[in-house]
Parts: sequence; C-alpha cells; structure tokens
Amino acid sequence: MLYFLQQLINGLTLGMMYGLIAIGYSMVYGIIGMINFAHGEIYMIGAFISIIAFLLLGVLGVTWIPLALLLVLLIAMAFTAAYGWTVERLAYRPLRGSFRLAPLISAIGMSIFLQNYVQLLQGANVKAVPPIITGGWILAEQDGFAVRISNVQIMIILLTLVLMAIFSWIIANTPLGRAQRACEQDLKMAALCGVNVDRTISLTFVMGAALAAVAGLMATLYYGVVDFFIGFLAGIKAFTAAVLGGIGSIPGAMLGGLLLGLVEAFWSGYFTTEYKDVAAFSILVIVLIFLPTGLLGKPEIEKV
Amino acid sequence: MLEVQDVHTHYGHIEALKGVTLEVRRGEIVTIIGANGAGKTTLLMTICGDPRASAGRIRLDGEDITHLPTWEIVRRGVAHAPEGRRIFPRMTVLENLKMGATVNGEQWFEEDVEQVFALFPRLKERLHQRGGTLSGGEQQMLAIGRALMARPRLLLLDEPSLGLAPNLVQQIFRAIVEINRSRGLTILLVEQNAFQALRIAHRGYVLATGEVVLQGTGRELLANPEVRAAYLEGGH
Repeated sequence: MLYFLQQLINGLTLGMMYGLIAIGYSMVYGIIGMINFAHGEIYMIGAFISIIAFLLLGVLGVTWIPLALLLVLLIAMAFTAAYGWTVERLAYRPLRGSFRLAPLISAIGMSIFLQNYVQLLQGANVKAVPPIITGGWILAEQDGFAVRISNVQIMIILLTLVLMAIFSWIIANTPLGRAQRACEQDLKMAALCGVNVDRTISLTFVMGAALAAVAGLMATLYYGVVDFFIGFLAGIKAFTAAVLGGIGSIPGAMLGGLLLGLVEAFWSGYFTTEYKDVAAFSILVIVLIFLPTGLLGKPEIEKV
Repeated sequence: MLEVQDVHTHYGHIEALKGVTLEVRRGEIVTIIGANGAGKTTLLMTICGDPRASAGRIRLDGEDITHLPTWEIVRRGVAHAPEGRRIFPRMTVLENLKMGATVNGEQWFEEDVEQVFALFPRLKERLHQRGGTLSGGEQQMLAIGRALMARPRLLLLDEPSLGLAPNLVQQIFRAIVEINRSRGLTILLVEQNAFQALRIAHRGYVLATGEVVLQGTGRELLANPEVRAAYLEGGH
C-alpha cells in the first residue's frame, strides 16, 4: 500500500510535466491541425534557459530561493515563448495554405535544427545542476519503508495546478481565449468575425511554449541534469499524452499527461524501469487503434 | 458604398467568377439570384477576401479592399452571415454573439445584444445553450444576430432562407426588411428563393456561371420573362 502511494506521488509529478508539454501540442493541433514536432525542443530550450537564468541570478547575487525561482520562471517563460513565436513565424506561417504535410515536414526540420543549435551553442555534454530546492516530507512509514514527497515534487504539483487554473480561466473568459476557441471551431468564420487569425495562432504558440518552459524548469529542478537531446523523448511522450487525452482538447492533454505519468511510474515500480518507455508507447498504439479520438476528444464530423 | 469591378475568382484552375461588376448603394437591399453553382457564394466570400480576387477591384466607400486580409475587411464594416450559418458549435449563443462583436469589444455590447433580442426573441431564451444544439431557424437568427453585433456598414447574407420552414422564412425576410428600414443598414443578399428576395430588394442582379447576365430593380426583374422562366416558375 505504501509502495503504491509512493508510485502515485512519483507518477503525479511526472504526469504534471507531461501534461504541461502536451497542452502545447493539443492547442496547436486544435487550431491549425498540425503536430508541432519541434515542441519537445521548445521544452528542452526552456530547461536550458532555466539553467542559464539560475547561473546569471547567482552571479548577480540573487540567492533567496523563492525570489530566484520566481524570476527564473518568468525569464524562462518569456524567452521560451519568444522561441515558440519565432518558430511559428519562420517555419509554419509561410506554409499556411500549402499542402497538409508541408508544415509537418517543416516541424521535423525545425526540431532537428533546434537540437543541433543547442548542441553547438551549449556543447553536447550533460549539464548537471546542483539541487536548488532540497528537503522533503515523510508522509508515512512502515516496516522500514517510508513514503516521501520532496519539496520539488510539491512545487511541481502546486505550480502546475496554479498554472492550469490561470490558463483555463484565460481560455474560458478572455477575448483572446474566446478567439482561440473560435479559431479552433471554425477558422474561416473566426476571420469573418474580425479575429486576427495570424495573431491568434502566434499567441497560441507563445502560450504553449511558455507552459513547456515551465515543464523544462521543473525537469531541471527534478532530475538535475539537462542535455540537448531531452526534448526528443519528452516531446514524444507528451504527444502520446495529448493523443491519449484526445488531441485538440486542453483538459484532455492534462488528463492524458497525468495518466501517462502514472502508467510510467507504476510500470517502473512494479515491473521494470528499462521497459517504461515501451509501456508508454504501447499506450499510444492502443489508443490509436481502439480510441482514435482519445478520452476527451471529439469526433471530426461537426457540420450542420 | 460597395463597388465590385470586373472581379475574377479562381479555385485552382476553375474560374468561379468571370468578371463580375456590381454596385451596392447606401441604404439599399441588393439581391443576387442565380442557380446553384452560379458563383453567388463565391462572390460574397471574395468581397470578404477569402478566396482572394485574382483580378479586378473591390471598393468599400471608395477604399480599395481587394487585397486586405479578411479580418481587416470586417473591421472596415463588412459583416457576413455566411453559407451554412457557421455557428460556433461548442460556444453558447451568448459567446457566439460576443464573437460577432469582436471588432467593437465590449463597448456597445449590452445595447446591441438587446437589439438582437428585439429582432429575434427566441435567441434570448436560448442564451446559454450551445450553438450546435440550436434548430436550423435559430441558427440562422443567430448568424444574422452575430453579424449585426459588429455594427456593420454593409451586411452580407448568404441564403438565409435555406432549409427553413415557410413560416420561418417569412420571419427571416421580415427581419431583413426591418433591419434595412429601421437602421438604414445596407444589405447584399444572396438567395435561391428568388421570388422572396426580389420582392424585398431595391435592386437585383442575376448571376449565371460566374457572370452577371441581368440586372434591374426588384420589380423589373420580377416582371422579366426570362427571370420568371428560369428562377420563379418551375422551381418555386
């Protein structure tokens, strides 16, 4: 039972990060119907910017951890968002109205480019970050086995919940969120209502990238190691999460992320760590075969 | 107010409009009638910049809008209740109306919404219902209401009577006349229901295979033997 509880905590933490990345995939797919395969790299860039920001703040003498964390969070979100915006502007917008596969190919190219760009700039070796948030809590103890939740895990779970609340509120209540939903439901009609569609799409990339940056920061704090290749696996996992939840659906992305995190944690805990990726991707295959619209997705047909 | 000069529109290699010229003057209801595939819907969409005219000029109050993006055209006062109504299916009636008011933001929202309800009281009862669950008639009312929320100078209507029961058709046409009379709103109306459309229109154009083949006042066209033979008798 305690062991189960421990895996639950680990799985939730992992799932929160997957969910944050998955939202970026889902929103972009919802509006322009493309899979942004460079999104995993955006997350990786978010992680690198977090490290650089930590180092800079250290040099500047900002050592009070809560303040440093807040600043790093804001810096990472802002700069990563700029990357997201630029990627859309350079690699996808010129191809709008082109054949359906074109932006997809461009996205794969962008993904390879960004990996190599970071590799050249930062080097190929793994960057280790000393633990910044330390400590934790023992929730229960029995027969020498203790269920622990670290402060990093608490921070990850709480921060994700707060961001999700803010983000859902934006989508549900602001003119920007309404415009995004309108674009998602009927791009042409949104334009006929006077929505600046290009700007709305840009802002969608910006929001998705900002959330991925937060996941990048969390990964930095949680794992303590970052390299130029982490975006690949995380990206595909988050994509799996988005498909599992129903691509195009934002609550679906979060739910898919959580489920995927839990599956991975339980698989690692009860079977074998080596095959946890196999378990994750088996889900992708099974969902695509038996439930192509995902858990919360809607079928394509919606014409009057 | 609106001048369309020798406009051509292509879908790939197919020429859907082959040099259409027409004019809509302030305060008029102008109707475009014609058979299926004549290019009526294409013409309205081309005025909105999607698809873009491949040749010719479109002017709104003297300003050339031919090459503006759709939302810029809408911001200049053209509102469209398009073919198939295109209600946002997973938004409530209220949110659909808010989308219509995108160009104005919140500033006249309460006032304008009341005017839409005065015109279509049914929408008020359905305020928090999702657009996709409305009946065809209600969707049409919402499409027109949504277009009015933009406070347009020119209202484009694409087959507002399509697929509606006769009493609803009457209601929609009465609403169109009412909007035109009471607010002086200029309306360009595309219809297959030629008889109804010509009865309420000041002037009309007959479109056939991408070209204007006839034009005149509503009354003239109603009396025209060719129009009668092709669009009034037989079909309706």
